[in-house]
Amino acid sequence: MKKFSLAWAVGVAAVLMSGNAMAGKDLDAIKARGSLICGVPTGIAGFGVADSQGKWTGLDVDVCRAVAAAIFGDSEKVKYTPLTAQQRFTALQSGEVDILSNNTTATLTRDTALGLDFTAVTYYDGQGFMVNKKLNVKSAKELNGATVCVAPGTTTELNLADYFRAQKMSFKPVVIEKVDEIRAAFFSGRCDVYTTDASGLYATRAANVPPPAKSDDFIILPEIISKEPLAPAVRHGDQQFEDIVRWTQYAMLEAEEYGINSKNVDQMLKSDNPTIKRILGVTPGMGKALGVDEKWVVNIVKQVGNYGESFDRNVGAGSILKIDRGLNKLWTQGGLQYAEPIR
Amino acid sequence: MAVETLGSVQRRKVAPWNDPIIRGWTFQIVVIALVGLLAWYLVSNTMANLERQKIASGFDYLGREAGFEIGDSMISYSPANTYARAILVGMLNTLKVAGLGIVMATILGTLIGVGRLSSNWLLAKICECYVETFRNVPLLLWLFLFYKLISEAFPGPRQAISVLGSIFLSNRGLYFPVPVADPVHRWMGVALLVGIAGAVVLHRWAKKRQAATGQPFPSIWAGFGLALGLPILVWLLGGAPAAMSWPALKGFNFEGGTVIQPEFTALLLGLVLYTSAFIAEIVRSGILALHKGQTEAATAIGLSRSQVIRLVLLPQALRVIVPPMTSQYLNITKDSSLAIAIGYPDLVASVNVTINQTGQAVENVLIIMAAYLTVSLSISLFMNWYNKQIALRER
Repeated sequence: MKKFSLAWAVGVAAVLMSGNAMAGKDLDAIKARGSLICGVPTGIAGFGVADSQGKWTGLDVDVCRAVAAAIFGDSEKVKYTPLTAQQRFTALQSGEVDILSNNTTATLTRDTALGLDFTAVTYYDGQGFMVNKKLNVKSAKELNGATVCVAPGTTTELNLADYFRAQKMSFKPVVIEKVDEIRAAFFSGRCDVYTTDASGLYATRAANVPPPAKSDDFIILPEIISKEPLAPAVRHGDQQFEDIVRWTQYAMLEAEEYGINSKNVDQMLKSDNPTIKRILGVTPGMGKALGVDEKWVVNIVKQVGNYGESFDRNVGAGSILKIDRGLNKLWTQGGLQYAEPIR
Repeated sequence: MAVETLGSVQRRKVAPWNDPIIRGWTFQIVVIALVGLLAWYLVSNTMANLERQKIASGFDYLGREAGFEIGDSMISYSPANTYARAILVGMLNTLKVAGLGIVMATILGTLIGVGRLSSNWLLAKICECYVETFRNVPLLLWLFLFYKLISEAFPGPRQAISVLGSIFLSNRGLYFPVPVADPVHRWMGVALLVGIAGAVVLHRWAKKRQAATGQPFPSIWAGFGLALGLPILVWLLGGAPAAMSWPALKGFNFEGGTVIQPEFTALLLGLVLYTSAFIAEIVRSGILALHKGQTEAATAIGLSRSQVIRLVLLPQALRVIVPPMTSQYLNITKDSSLAIAIGYPDLVASVNVTINQTGQAVENVLIIMAAYLTVSLSISLFMNWYNKQIALRER
């Protein structure tokens, strides 16, 4: 496609032409530009989707807004670049975007050979299967011979092949790059099964079923066949920027853990708790160490919210997706979300 | 002679910077050196940048396990095969759709082009509408339309439209029975090639005889007979293996037989219909380029309408038609990469996935470029050779 080849051309040209790097060059460039360029999904409800006014919302989008709040004190200073699964890594490698917050699974190959660094996990996910109820399938083990819709260039595509090989089953893939097209192929019956991360399946079922079909016509099978820790990524070479992204995510988790949210953050500034004072910059030092304003966490929480607020608003109880927090509860509540301490 | 004398007279001692020969060479060398320097700069800078960002480079990845499945393959392929094989599968798929597309678009385009010149008003108008419709809408939209039509209009596999209980049409594609693989098939292939070669020889002989004696020989029909008859003869000699693999609904999909998938159909349909509109115009312009006296003279000596076209008009029109036709063939080959929009696993699709899994965009883009360049140059070379064959021979 035109857009795709353009992305390539830009990417390859940028790799070919770009000059020498200096430490902190990405952060310097972002500050000089006055905005953060963020690679987001092309449209996954709850994670990254633009509304009719072009306003982006979602869990992945909130990471970018929070980072902008930490660097600029203003969560609106973000430019969004929607990227397909195939475009995303080249776009990040070549400097077309500063940060990739794109429903992307952290893996060894991507962390090393692709020249990327993943920061903290925003969402612990796993790959699932969605089928039409009419097929009367109850388990992924019954899928032998099925036609499966899957997006190319994803861990999902590889896990799918691995799973069917391990189960000694066969399948036919239908692989289309644009997520809208792959969903259309599934809903039109071109495929028996649609596979992606479970969160993506819930999002698709909640927001993308074309009428007259209803959400209830589709079921998500119980098997989760992989670990998909979704995390933002930055490219190698600017550790300071990487630190800011990582600690922005931790700040949102720490805020939730210590009960700081967008409503009460101003009262919390008066708190006597030394940890809260440190997090909110009342006791200075953390912002300076990170190279941002001391009020960075106040800005993040006031403008974007803590992790729990962001989760609820985008994918949890307060959204159309209604995904249970499950693994994404705080560690204090039996989940996996565990932030390194801000001290 | 006169010119040489003139040359030697003008050749007198000049300063080296005023000597046109030395100056010419100097500029050429400077330009080549600059181009070489730019290439060296780009390559070394790229390597340095990749190295600094710790992005892997080199072609070692081609031997690693690919790990992804491909939906449509002409050779045996599984996720346990290497990236190199996955790319080869994509390459073959590209060649398949481009090759079939070129043949079908040429036939359809020629028919439409000739039809537009027909004296039958209705036929000419229909052909004109066809051309204007197909060439004025972007190919990508046609592909989306055909793909949507196929996947939305046809029923699921369990409600497939069945013809005689052995051919099934559904949104999974067209399933039909094929003979079970047998060693005789390979020899039938050889026989087909021999038959085609024989037909060519026969045609040349017939032409020579007609030129010498004026006696026509139905070499076209005889050639067809030879090309089809030989394989059938081999099949009979090989014991006529008639075992068929029949498609049957099993679980989710049909198994057995073979299938033409919707993605392939949509892509081929789009390429053929779109490009044939251009080819029709090229054919029409080729015929219109001929003086109408050619037709009148041919009719005057008593040739039938089809003979006029086949023996007089087309051979002359070909000289006008072939050069722009080469561009259309190249277009079909390159446009086949739009397959990625509707999920046909062509070369670009395979390489894209490889880029994504390995992160080695530069190497993989080089592979795509080299592949398309090879195919395109081969087509160009062949068409240039053919163009020379049909060119006016000046004696």
